[in-house]
Amino acid sequence: MSNSGRPLSPHLSIYRWPITMVLSILHRMTGVAMSIGLVVLAAWLMQAAAGPEAYLGFTTTMSTFIGKLFLVAWSFAFFFHAANGIRHLVWDTGRGFDKRQADRSAWIVVAFAALATAAFWWAAT
Amino acid sequence: MDRGRLRGTCDRGLLVGSDMSLKTPLGRVLGLGSAKEGTDHWWGQRVSAVAMIVLGSWFVYSLLRLDSLTYLDVIRFIGVPLNAVLLSLLSLTLAYHSYLGVQVVIEDYVHAPGTKVVSLLLSRFAHVFVAIAAVYAILVIGIGS
Repeated sequence: MSNSGRPLSPHLSIYRWPITMVLSILHRMTGVAMSIGLVVLAAWLMQAAAGPEAYLGFTTTMSTFIGKLFLVAWSFAFFFHAANGIRHLVWDTGRGFDKRQADRSAWIVVAFAALATAAFWWAAT
Repeated sequence: MDRGRLRGTCDRGLLVGSDMSLKTPLGRVLGLGSAKEGTDHWWGQRVSAVAMIVLGSWFVYSLLRLDSLTYLDVIRFIGVPLNAVLLSLLSLTLAYHSYLGVQVVIEDYVHAPGTKVVSLLLSRFAHVFVAIAAVYAILVIGIGS
Protein backbone atom coordinates (compact mmCIF):
# COMPACT_ATOMS: atom_id res chain seq x y z
CA MET A 1 0.00 0.00 0.00
CA SER A 2 1.45 3.35 -0.98
CA ASN A 3 -0.88 5.54 1.07
CA SER A 4 0.85 4.98 4.43
CA GLY A 5 0.12 7.65 6.98
CA ARG A 6 -3.45 8.09 5.81
CA PRO A 7 -6.13 6.95 8.22
CA LEU A 8 -7.47 3.50 7.47
CA SER A 9 -10.73 2.01 8.57
CA PRO A 10 -10.20 -0.17 11.65
CA HIS A 11 -8.64 -3.49 10.81
CA LEU A 12 -10.42 -6.62 12.07
CA SER A 13 -7.64 -7.48 14.53
CA ILE A 14 -7.79 -4.17 16.41
CA TYR A 15 -11.51 -3.63 16.09
CA ARG A 16 -13.64 -4.25 19.17
CA TRP A 17 -16.20 -6.60 17.73
CA PRO A 18 -19.77 -5.39 18.13
CA ILE A 19 -22.13 -8.19 19.16
CA THR A 20 -24.05 -7.79 15.89
CA MET A 21 -20.88 -8.55 13.93
CA VAL A 22 -20.17 -11.67 16.00
CA LEU A 23 -23.69 -12.93 15.33
CA SER A 24 -23.43 -12.26 11.61
CA ILE A 25 -20.32 -14.45 11.44
CA LEU A 26 -21.82 -17.08 13.75
CA HIS A 27 -24.92 -17.28 11.56
CA ARG A 28 -22.80 -18.30 8.59
CA MET A 29 -20.62 -20.65 10.65
CA THR A 30 -23.59 -22.44 12.22
CA GLY A 31 -25.19 -22.69 8.78
CA VAL A 32 -22.13 -24.40 7.32
CA ALA A 33 -21.88 -26.62 10.41
CA MET A 34 -25.44 -27.80 9.85
CA SER A 35 -24.76 -28.44 6.17
CA ILE A 36 -22.23 -30.99 7.43
CA GLY A 37 -24.82 -32.13 9.99
CA LEU A 38 -27.21 -32.78 7.11
CA VAL A 39 -24.81 -35.44 5.82
CA VAL A 40 -24.86 -37.09 9.26
CA LEU A 41 -28.67 -36.89 9.35
CA ALA A 42 -28.83 -38.68 5.98
CA ALA A 43 -26.25 -41.23 7.19
CA TRP A 44 -28.38 -41.85 10.29
CA LEU A 45 -31.43 -42.60 8.10
CA MET A 46 -29.43 -44.68 5.61
CA GLN A 47 -27.94 -46.80 8.38
CA ALA A 48 -31.38 -47.28 9.91
CA ALA A 49 -32.65 -48.44 6.50
CA ALA A 50 -29.65 -50.75 6.15
CA GLY A 51 -30.61 -52.76 9.23
CA PRO A 52 -29.96 -53.20 12.95
CA GLU A 53 -26.24 -53.99 12.66
CA ALA A 54 -25.38 -51.03 10.47
CA TYR A 55 -27.50 -48.82 12.72
CA LEU A 56 -25.70 -50.04 15.82
CA GLY A 57 -22.41 -49.07 14.20
CA PHE A 58 -23.72 -45.56 13.64
CA THR A 59 -25.04 -45.06 17.18
CA THR A 60 -21.84 -46.50 18.64
CA THR A 61 -19.81 -43.91 16.73
CA MET A 62 -22.09 -41.08 17.78
CA SER A 63 -22.00 -42.23 21.41
CA THR A 64 -18.27 -41.61 21.72
CA PHE A 65 -17.14 -38.45 23.46
CA ILE A 66 -16.28 -36.75 20.16
CA GLY A 67 -19.56 -37.89 18.66
CA LYS A 68 -21.51 -36.41 21.55
CA LEU A 69 -19.49 -33.21 21.31
CA PHE A 70 -20.56 -32.87 17.68
CA LEU A 71 -24.19 -33.55 18.57
CA VAL A 72 -24.17 -30.84 21.23
CA ALA A 73 -22.50 -28.45 18.78
CA TRP A 74 -25.11 -29.22 16.12
CA SER A 75 -27.96 -28.70 18.56
CA PHE A 76 -26.52 -25.32 19.52
CA ALA A 77 -26.03 -24.49 15.83
CA PHE A 78 -29.66 -25.39 15.18
CA PHE A 79 -31.11 -23.26 17.99
CA PHE A 80 -28.80 -20.35 17.21
CA HIS A 81 -29.38 -20.39 13.44
CA ALA A 82 -33.15 -20.74 13.93
CA ALA A 83 -33.37 -17.84 16.38
CA ASN A 84 -31.05 -15.61 14.39
CA GLY A 85 -32.89 -16.63 11.23
CA ILE A 86 -36.12 -15.34 12.76
CA ARG A 87 -34.19 -12.14 13.59
CA HIS A 88 -33.31 -11.89 9.91
CA LEU A 89 -36.92 -12.49 8.89
CA VAL A 90 -38.01 -9.64 11.16
CA TRP A 91 -35.38 -7.42 9.53
CA ASP A 92 -36.84 -8.40 6.15
CA THR A 93 -40.03 -6.62 7.17
CA GLY A 94 -38.00 -3.46 7.73
CA ARG A 95 -38.19 -3.57 11.52
CA GLY A 96 -35.53 -3.75 14.21
CA PHE A 97 -32.66 -2.02 12.41
CA ASP A 98 -32.13 0.59 15.12
CA LYS A 99 -28.68 0.09 16.70
CA ARG A 100 -30.11 -0.48 20.20
CA GLN A 101 -32.77 -2.87 18.88
CA ALA A 102 -30.22 -4.83 16.85
CA ASP A 103 -27.94 -5.15 19.89
CA ARG A 104 -30.81 -6.22 22.09
CA SER A 105 -32.17 -8.81 19.64
CA ALA A 106 -28.61 -10.13 19.28
CA TRP A 107 -28.34 -10.82 23.01
CA ILE A 108 -31.81 -12.37 23.04
CA VAL A 109 -30.68 -14.76 20.29
CA VAL A 110 -27.51 -15.68 22.21
CA ALA A 111 -29.45 -16.23 25.44
CA PHE A 112 -32.12 -18.29 23.67
CA ALA A 113 -29.59 -20.49 21.88
CA ALA A 114 -27.67 -21.20 25.09
CA LEU A 115 -30.81 -21.88 27.16
CA ALA A 116 -32.50 -23.98 24.47
CA THR A 117 -29.38 -26.12 24.01
CA ALA A 118 -29.13 -26.69 27.77
CA ALA A 119 -32.87 -27.41 28.06
CA PHE A 120 -32.79 -29.80 25.10
CA TRP A 121 -30.02 -31.93 26.55
CA TRP A 122 -31.50 -31.74 30.02
CA ALA A 123 -34.81 -33.05 28.62
CA ALA A 124 -33.13 -35.61 26.37
CA THR A 125 -31.04 -37.30 29.05
CA MET B 1 -0.63 10.72 -10.38
CA ASP B 2 1.60 10.35 -13.39
CA ARG B 3 0.38 11.74 -16.66
CA GLY B 4 1.15 8.56 -18.60
CA ARG B 5 -1.38 6.54 -16.68
CA LEU B 6 -4.01 9.22 -17.00
CA ARG B 7 -3.40 9.41 -20.77
CA GLY B 8 -3.66 5.64 -21.01
CA THR B 9 -7.08 5.70 -19.42
CA CYS B 10 -8.21 8.41 -21.80
CA ASP B 11 -6.90 6.50 -24.80
CA ARG B 12 -8.76 3.40 -23.81
CA GLY B 13 -11.90 5.43 -23.30
CA LEU B 14 -11.58 6.90 -26.76
CA LEU B 15 -11.00 3.49 -28.28
CA VAL B 16 -14.13 2.09 -26.71
CA GLY B 17 -16.06 5.13 -27.85
CA SER B 18 -14.85 4.83 -31.41
CA ASP B 19 -15.50 1.13 -31.59
CA MET B 20 -18.46 1.61 -33.84
CA SER B 21 -20.66 -1.43 -33.97
CA LEU B 22 -23.74 -1.97 -36.00
CA LYS B 23 -25.34 -3.72 -33.07
CA THR B 24 -28.09 -1.80 -31.40
CA PRO B 25 -27.68 -0.98 -27.69
CA LEU B 26 -30.42 -3.49 -26.96
CA GLY B 27 -28.74 -6.24 -28.96
CA ARG B 28 -25.51 -5.61 -27.09
CA VAL B 29 -27.01 -6.23 -23.65
CA LEU B 30 -29.47 -9.01 -24.47
CA GLY B 31 -28.51 -12.21 -22.70
CA LEU B 32 -26.03 -10.43 -20.46
CA GLY B 33 -28.29 -9.04 -17.79
CA SER B 34 -31.08 -10.03 -15.52
CA ALA B 35 -32.95 -13.16 -16.46
CA LYS B 36 -35.83 -11.84 -14.35
CA GLU B 37 -34.80 -14.29 -11.66
CA GLY B 38 -32.98 -11.83 -9.47
CA THR B 39 -35.10 -12.43 -6.38
CA ASP B 40 -35.44 -16.21 -6.75
CA HIS B 41 -32.44 -17.05 -4.58
CA TRP B 42 -33.39 -14.58 -1.88
CA TRP B 43 -37.04 -15.58 -1.86
CA GLY B 44 -36.31 -19.32 -1.95
CA GLN B 45 -34.06 -18.90 1.06
CA ARG B 46 -36.79 -17.09 3.02
CA VAL B 47 -39.54 -19.57 2.11
CA SER B 48 -37.38 -22.56 3.06
CA ALA B 49 -36.33 -20.72 6.24
CA VAL B 50 -39.96 -20.34 7.32
CA ALA B 51 -40.60 -23.99 6.47
CA MET B 52 -37.56 -24.98 8.51
CA ILE B 53 -38.90 -23.17 11.59
CA VAL B 54 -41.96 -25.42 11.47
CA LEU B 55 -40.20 -28.65 10.46
CA GLY B 56 -37.24 -28.03 12.78
CA SER B 57 -39.52 -27.44 15.77
CA TRP B 58 -41.38 -30.65 14.94
CA PHE B 59 -38.10 -32.56 14.69
CA VAL B 60 -36.78 -31.29 18.04
CA TYR B 61 -40.13 -32.09 19.66
CA SER B 62 -40.12 -35.58 18.10
CA LEU B 63 -36.57 -36.32 19.21
CA LEU B 64 -37.50 -35.41 22.77
CA ARG B 65 -40.62 -37.59 22.65
CA LEU B 66 -38.75 -40.64 21.42
CA ASP B 67 -38.09 -43.16 24.18
CA SER B 68 -34.63 -43.80 22.80
CA LEU B 69 -32.63 -43.64 19.60
CA THR B 70 -32.25 -47.41 19.46
CA TYR B 71 -32.98 -49.22 16.20
CA LEU B 72 -36.48 -50.41 17.11
CA ASP B 73 -37.67 -47.05 18.44
CA VAL B 74 -36.39 -45.18 15.40
CA ILE B 75 -37.91 -47.70 12.95
CA ARG B 76 -41.23 -47.50 14.79
CA PHE B 77 -41.11 -43.68 14.66
CA ILE B 78 -40.42 -43.54 10.92
CA GLY B 79 -43.03 -46.27 10.39
CA VAL B 80 -45.75 -43.77 11.29
CA PRO B 81 -46.78 -42.31 7.89
CA LEU B 82 -47.08 -38.69 9.07
CA ASN B 83 -43.61 -38.87 10.61
CA ALA B 84 -42.18 -40.29 7.38
CA VAL B 85 -43.77 -37.48 5.35
CA LEU B 86 -42.58 -34.74 7.71
CA LEU B 87 -39.09 -36.24 7.93
CA SER B 88 -38.90 -36.38 4.12
CA LEU B 89 -40.05 -32.78 3.88
CA LEU B 90 -37.47 -31.80 6.48
CA SER B 91 -34.68 -33.54 4.57
CA LEU B 92 -35.65 -31.92 1.26
CA THR B 93 -36.20 -28.44 2.70
CA LEU B 94 -32.98 -28.64 4.69
CA ALA B 95 -31.02 -29.76 1.61
CA TYR B 96 -32.50 -26.92 -0.46
CA HIS B 97 -31.86 -24.30 2.23
CA SER B 98 -28.36 -25.67 2.80
CA TYR B 99 -27.61 -25.59 -0.93
CA LEU B 100 -28.63 -21.94 -1.19
CA GLY B 101 -26.50 -21.04 1.83
CA VAL B 102 -23.40 -22.98 0.78
CA GLN B 103 -23.72 -21.46 -2.69
CA VAL B 104 -23.41 -17.95 -1.23
CA VAL B 105 -20.46 -19.00 0.92
CA ILE B 106 -18.65 -20.43 -2.13
CA GLU B 107 -19.42 -17.34 -4.20
CA ASP B 108 -18.06 -15.15 -1.41
CA TYR B 109 -14.82 -16.98 -0.70
CA VAL B 110 -13.83 -18.90 -3.84
CA HIS B 111 -12.55 -16.42 -6.39
CA ALA B 112 -10.74 -18.47 -9.03
CA PRO B 113 -13.34 -18.99 -11.79
CA GLY B 114 -12.53 -22.68 -12.38
CA THR B 115 -12.44 -23.64 -8.71
CA LYS B 116 -15.62 -21.69 -8.15
CA VAL B 117 -17.60 -23.50 -10.83
CA VAL B 118 -16.27 -26.88 -9.70
CA SER B 119 -17.11 -26.12 -6.04
CA LEU B 120 -20.63 -25.01 -6.96
CA LEU B 121 -21.15 -28.16 -9.02
CA LEU B 122 -19.82 -30.43 -6.28
CA SER B 123 -22.02 -28.68 -3.72
CA ARG B 124 -25.06 -29.13 -5.92
CA PHE B 125 -24.34 -32.82 -6.58
CA ALA B 126 -23.65 -33.47 -2.88
CA HIS B 127 -26.87 -31.78 -1.81
CA VAL B 128 -28.99 -33.70 -4.32
CA PHE B 129 -27.28 -36.94 -3.28
CA VAL B 130 -27.89 -36.35 0.42
CA ALA B 131 -31.52 -35.35 -0.17
CA ILE B 132 -32.24 -38.46 -2.27
CA ALA B 133 -30.40 -40.70 0.19
CA ALA B 134 -32.44 -39.40 3.13
CA VAL B 135 -35.80 -39.70 1.36
CA TYR B 136 -34.95 -43.14 -0.04
CA ALA B 137 -33.97 -44.37 3.44
CA ILE B 138 -37.23 -43.06 4.89
CA LEU B 139 -39.21 -44.81 2.14
CA VAL B 140 -37.39 -48.11 2.70
CA ILE B 141 -38.07 -47.96 6.44
CA GLY B 142 -41.65 -46.78 5.99
CA ILE B 143 -42.59 -49.44 3.44
CA GLY B 144 -40.66 -52.15 5.25
CA SER B 145 -42.36 -51.65 8.58
